[in-house]
Amino acid sequence: MKKIFLIIKREYLSRVKKKSFLVVTFLVPLLFLGMWGGVIALSIQDTSSKSTINVIDQSGIIFNDLKNSGSIYFKEATKPAAEEKKNLQENENQYLLIIPENILEKQSLELLSSQKASVFIQGEISAQVENLLRKIQLENVGIDIQTLESIQPNIKITSLEITEAGEQESNAGIAMGIGMFSSIMIYLTLFIYGAQVMRGVIEEKNNRIVEIIISSVKPFQLMLGKIIGIGLVGLTQFLLWIVLSGTLFTVGGLILADQMPNNFSQEELSDLSSSVSSSAAFTQQDNILSDVQGTMANIDFSYLITCFLIFFIGGYLLYSALFAAVGSAVDNETETQQFMLPITMPLLFTYIMSFGVLVKDPHGPLAFWLSMIPFTSPIAMMVRVPFGVPLWELSLSIILLIGGFVFTTWVASRIYRVGILMYGKKASYKELIKWFNYRK
Amino acid sequence: MLEVKDIVKQYAKHRALDHVSFSIKKGSIFGLLGPNGAGKTSLIRIINQITAPDQGEILFNGEPLGEKHISRIGYLPEERGLYKKMLIGEQMLYLAQLKGLSKPYATERIKDWFEKMEMQTWWNKKVEDLSKGMQQKVQFVATVIHEPELIILDEPFSGFDPVNVDIIKNEIINLNKKGSTIIFSTHRMESVEELCDSIVLINKSKKILDGKVSEIKNAYRNNQYLIKYTTSEHQLENQEGNHLFKVLSMENHDHETKATIEISDKHSINEVLTYLISQQFQIQELIEIIPSIHDIFIKQVKETY
Repeated sequence: MKKIFLIIKREYLSRVKKKSFLVVTFLVPLLFLGMWGGVIALSIQDTSSKSTINVIDQSGIIFNDLKNSGSIYFKEATKPAAEEKKNLQENENQYLLIIPENILEKQSLELLSSQKASVFIQGEISAQVENLLRKIQLENVGIDIQTLESIQPNIKITSLEITEAGEQESNAGIAMGIGMFSSIMIYLTLFIYGAQVMRGVIEEKNNRIVEIIISSVKPFQLMLGKIIGIGLVGLTQFLLWIVLSGTLFTVGGLILADQMPNNFSQEELSDLSSSVSSSAAFTQQDNILSDVQGTMANIDFSYLITCFLIFFIGGYLLYSALFAAVGSAVDNETETQQFMLPITMPLLFTYIMSFGVLVKDPHGPLAFWLSMIPFTSPIAMMVRVPFGVPLWELSLSIILLIGGFVFTTWVASRIYRVGILMYGKKASYKELIKWFNYRK
Repeated sequence: MLEVKDIVKQYAKHRALDHVSFSIKKGSIFGLLGPNGAGKTSLIRIINQITAPDQGEILFNGEPLGEKHISRIGYLPEERGLYKKMLIGEQMLYLAQLKGLSKPYATERIKDWFEKMEMQTWWNKKVEDLSKGMQQKVQFVATVIHEPELIILDEPFSGFDPVNVDIIKNEIINLNKKGSTIIFSTHRMESVEELCDSIVLINKSKKILDGKVSEIKNAYRNNQYLIKYTTSEHQLENQEGNHLFKVLSMENHDHETKATIEISDKHSINEVLTYLISQQFQIQELIEIIPSIHDIFIKQVKETY
């Protein structure tokens, strides 16, 4: 027993002391912070550069009612179309909007510029023109726009989840996001650390040290020590990431909050807010934003992280055993290809599913079964967890997962103990079965 | 000290060891010989408990091989290897501890050995920073660091330059003097002659012969002698009615002639000497040609093919 600890210690320390480990530990949270900050900075940028839309209104009914917003400025075109087009090529942020005479029937506009028009600008323009046309059509039929708006109901769904703690505001969108994110994380990390196990086994085979070591310990002890040691490296990395991300985000958030008010003058702020609120494209998002904030506050991060760790550990133990067996069967990494595909298929399948069926129907039959089968449950269950999973289902899945990795470890060890001493044999599935059946 | 009893090892289509038995006396240097593929490595792996025999057993000091014997055996495999990127001092500690030594004790032993082999500056070097010969030295030390009672060396001299071969040879002799039993598997017959007390020869999974080196060589003596005498008109060859011996070969030089003779059955070297002196031969040197292990090996292997 003590010998397994020795092996675990060596496998752990030799990897944690590597420079690459430290780099990745610090890099990933910084990357996340950078992305988050970058997105914010860019969106601030976007709304502060103005675009000028030169309008040639051949219908005569639209231009006068077009409203400027914080980033769009409508200007009546004074020169004929050809000259305006030339003007476009010389200036940035200049657009030419041509409204045809028969806009009511044709219902299409032309927007020209020297660069690709942003989706935001297109949306803004079409929304405004739509509103204007609707107003005109209603007036033509004799309905007053004010009356119309006062009778148009505006339903807003507040979705509440009945949990053990009482009713809590929830949002399926957020759950989807977290589910997909967890799926990615588990998929990636299982592969990264599983591959490290495999590579370690191949290295030991190649530099022949394995023969000395198994004159001191049993092959099973070596395999297990390796798996646990590398698993601990993964856990250490996660813990460091969580701690680092937490500190960085709090610090980063404070700094940004500090900076924000200084970037905008009062005018710009009110412009921004009015443009945001008046723009048709934004009304929807406003509701979503407030929902998101409400739900985020209610997410039980510690629960999520605990589940993540449990399923990561279970899935890792299951798959790393298989990776170890594959590593013992080959002489170098290129030969692992033929084994990797079947082993990774269940994971890959679940991973792809998690962006479709699983997030759309997290309590349906496919999601249920995938979250129970040990080979797929690490990913499938993590996708389901943000949507809420009954305790009994979680427990059952965990028990099955434990059974799963006990099984794969047993199978893998029987292949491993023979494989590590075999060189030059072309590994095939038939060979593996032979090895499995060797008496000691 | 070690008794190999009726070992059979079968791999799917190939029998590696076929009822092999022999014993090794405590404190001896024992040679495990045989052509490639004979079954030596399989046997070594069984002794190291890396694999188990299908039939038969091995007794270590009278007890069947078990886990407690792991710390009492040291093994240097033919294919050498260490963790390339691990520091040497650290790696030695790791291997010594896996064999059962405590950390402080292991550290002390490693320091002693490093001094003895002039390796002190290597403690914090990575294995991959050393030359091949240096790596092998490290590996040798790792094999014996835990003072095992039984040391198994598979081709210990391969990869070493002559200076290091000598150093290793001396270390082997020293360890043996201190009481370790040494099993030596090699193709280099000169080293066998030099170092081994007893040998076993294995070919095609079977034991061909075993026993003390001196006894074996005795058994293969065929009464051949090398005579050096002063060149004169007397010729050894043209002896009429010479029933004492057969001349196998002659080498004529200006001042001396060398001849290999084989004495006929039932006659002794004394008779030959008496005869030669009576014939006025000026004898300079007379030695018996005792077959080398090398020759015995080849003869035996050829016979069993």
